[in-house]
Amino acid sequence: MTIQEVPQGRLRSPFYPRQADLDRLFQWHDWKGYASAEGFYDTTLEYFSVRNSAGVFDLTPMTKYRITGPDALVYINRLVTRDMSKIKPGRVAYAVWCDDEGQVIDDGTIFHLKQGEYRLCSQERHMAWLQMSAIGMDVTIVDETEEVCGLALQGPTSCSILKAMGIEGIETLRPFGMATYAFQDTEIMISRTGFTGDLGYEVWLSNDKALDLWDAMFDAGKIYGIMAMGTEALEQARIEAGFIAAYVDFLPANVTVRTGRSRSPFELGLDWLVDFKKPNFNGRRALAREKRNGSTWQLVKLDIEGNKPAHHSYIYSTSKGKKDVGFITSAAWSPVCKQNVALGTVRSPHGKVGEKLYVEIYYQREMHWSKMMAEATVVDKPFWDPPRKRATPPGPF
Amino acid sequence: MKTYDAIVVGAGHNGLTNAAYLAKSGLDVLCLEKNDYIGGATVSRNLYKDWYYSNCSYVCSLLRPEIFRDLDLARHGLQITPYGGGSVFMENGDYLGSYPDEEVHHREYSRFSRADADAYERYSADTMRQCRFIRDFLLRTPPDPTSFKPRDLKELAHLGSKFYGMGEQQMYDTIRFWTMSVAEYLDEYFETDVIKAALSGSGIIGTALGIHSPGTAYVLLHHYMGDVDGNIGAWGYARGGMGSVAKALSSAFQAYGGELRTDAGVEQIVVKNGKVKGVALTTGEEIDAKIVVSAMDVKRTFLKCMDKSDLDDDFYNRVNNFKIRGSSGKLNIALDGLPTFPALPKGSPLLDGDMHFIDSMERMERAYDDWKEGTWSKDPYVDMVIPTVSDPTMAPPGKHFMSCFVQYCPAQIEGRDWTDEERDQFGQTVINQIAEYSPDFKDLILHCEVRTPKEIENEAGLTEGNIFHGELTMDQLMFNRPIPGYAQYRGPVGGLYMCGSSNHPGGGVMAAPGCNAAREILFDLKRPDITPANFGDD
Repeated sequence: MTIQEVPQGRLRSPFYPRQADLDRLFQWHDWKGYASAEGFYDTTLEYFSVRNSAGVFDLTPMTKYRITGPDALVYINRLVTRDMSKIKPGRVAYAVWCDDEGQVIDDGTIFHLKQGEYRLCSQERHMAWLQMSAIGMDVTIVDETEEVCGLALQGPTSCSILKAMGIEGIETLRPFGMATYAFQDTEIMISRTGFTGDLGYEVWLSNDKALDLWDAMFDAGKIYGIMAMGTEALEQARIEAGFIAAYVDFLPANVTVRTGRSRSPFELGLDWLVDFKKPNFNGRRALAREKRNGSTWQLVKLDIEGNKPAHHSYIYSTSKGKKDVGFITSAAWSPVCKQNVALGTVRSPHGKVGEKLYVEIYYQREMHWSKMMAEATVVDKPFWDPPRKRATPPGPF
Repeated sequence: MKTYDAIVVGAGHNGLTNAAYLAKSGLDVLCLEKNDYIGGATVSRNLYKDWYYSNCSYVCSLLRPEIFRDLDLARHGLQITPYGGGSVFMENGDYLGSYPDEEVHHREYSRFSRADADAYERYSADTMRQCRFIRDFLLRTPPDPTSFKPRDLKELAHLGSKFYGMGEQQMYDTIRFWTMSVAEYLDEYFETDVIKAALSGSGIIGTALGIHSPGTAYVLLHHYMGDVDGNIGAWGYARGGMGSVAKALSSAFQAYGGELRTDAGVEQIVVKNGKVKGVALTTGEEIDAKIVVSAMDVKRTFLKCMDKSDLDDDFYNRVNNFKIRGSSGKLNIALDGLPTFPALPKGSPLLDGDMHFIDSMERMERAYDDWKEGTWSKDPYVDMVIPTVSDPTMAPPGKHFMSCFVQYCPAQIEGRDWTDEERDQFGQTVINQIAEYSPDFKDLILHCEVRTPKEIENEAGLTEGNIFHGELTMDQLMFNRPIPGYAQYRGPVGGLYMCGSSNHPGGGVMAAPGCNAAREILFDLKRPDITPANFGDD
């Protein structure tokens, strides 16, 4: 018996041949075992494609589970904190799931594909946890990460591009809606979702049609300013949108080693995802207790004075900077908002909307380091939130 | 006649570490070694042509980096190189690889179970949590929970704050972890037999217990709590074999002005008026010292090298009942070339890692059954490495040294001494197991040293050949190690100290007991504490 050796290097997504053709930077990194590009031509232009025309991001490495069976809804509703019975077929829900202590294991999107059939999409891998929660339920969980690939098409011309590709009725798809569409001789699933805070779609299909989809999208998109984009552009866009990322703004609770380093949904500003009115869900008791007693941490969006990104900064309650109250987890200069923005974590009761905090920013100019104390205001809305994100049907650009 | 400030008995890594710190503090120190070579069980032995065998301990991870740095061991020639990966060969022709790259590792586990591949992350985090808890105590003297001395209260408070600091769930888990079996622990995460078999080995190495015996989960932790350059759980090779550790420590010791004598076996620790006077050598020579520090295991120290009339009965009996059962053997093999393992892919990095040949929990437990029957395992758990794949100094170019650690191998066969034939049969059992997976292995063997606990006891001095100087079970750990009331490195006689692995935090080439004992000695002598503190949060 000869056993095939598992691949020793990074896996290539089914879109890799086309990406390799476009790639001029040779900047690839590992994303859950896949080669994922930092950028392809110019990360600044790639970022602006999302805000100005359309950018295409390869989602293939996202972990994808198909959850089916008579108990699928009961199962998912017990898994996540939000009420999934309100999510009808054809709808997508952003959700978090927690351990028994009410600490967030991961966040992700749940697609209600059809009655009794769901897809759970997350950054991390959770088969062990999902199977454990499924004990005693009539539900089947299949990891289809390797069988299903995906492209995010994000930006103001994204709807026009899909229309030009012949996707009929795409303009009627509402935010967080999903539907299957005919594409060439097959079916693809399109959801109006994304990680950029702009008008955008995610297209899901089986691997064998990957290149056909890419070609059709780029052919149709040529006159709409389509561009392949890498992780760096996406990261910029997601901070502007105020979205949190695992291992950056929070740690998955089940792999957090140090006490107090995990977070509850409340501490991540995701109160709206916790529904105490629905049937029991994992972590409910702990979360109810936290709701009564208060949380330790608060994730904040910060509008910071000046133009120097507050990477890894301490956050202080006064400009004197005597006692730190938290730290920055994501920071960026927002080219589209012309704003110095950041996500951070502060100790309660700090973090109320409108509160003035201070961040200690270190910056380097010609080798030398300088530091400054910058005022930072807690804001509640995403930094970038254009009306076109919600418009149905979306405008042509 | 000269009176030394201190005599350290035994030039193994703990004796040398202890001696080095005492000498560094300015004491006049003599370190005695019964063999004509130093190192104890931390040796590189030249037993065949140009081969150097790490013939007892064979890999390094636990050696405290604080001591490595503090004694400047790099300057004294010590180099530790990490190695990664490993494999378990399966009876059906398949294999399970363990890859250093976490994604490749995930893919490999996924061949057997996706849930197990995903669970590995949580298993690692949970184990790491326990590691971080225990690592904090490696370079600390265990507090005496019955004492009201300020130092003990302070240490107890520290223990308490670390424990309560873990959080509610982790406190429960820790108590369970210290008492449960490695099989039960692994069952909480994994479903695949071969994956559990692969991970369970660390729970029984050096231990006269089976994978289903309570207490073996802790033994697994003992093998995970070390690090190489901050990579907790990683293992490495000492360049030149494990003897390089002893060589560097003795070089440091002598650089601090210490005196080392080999071929100087101690017959007895001499006590006068309830206080040590010095030691008497096997040659009859007597050497005086104000302090005697024994790096020997606790049984050898008190039952073999002291006059029973100098000791109280209850103490003596407790030492007599200390669990230090022999359970491991060793094969050291000179190879004419690198053996092939056809089940593994060509060019696989797994060929450079450790290799194991038991693929099920059932076989793991059966191996222990043989030990209980008073014989060696007929289908043993072998931890096999070939350090010469990366170390050019241990064998001639193109030739190799193979180290096979074997579990289980009793100190006696059915209650009587081993015969030479039985020793050879034991060796053949191991060779046959490996040869099942490597057709050219037998033909490449140039020389093979087979060591049962008897040889290990006779040469390295370890009672019953127990590699840890006593078993690592809850009843013999922390303030109960080696026996209650004597966990702070002080013997029952004035001026007598213990610095071997029978003391906290136990065995493995860690050097922590030697260092911790030095701290207590310096405290008693009212000298400044020059021993290093834990590097802290990692």
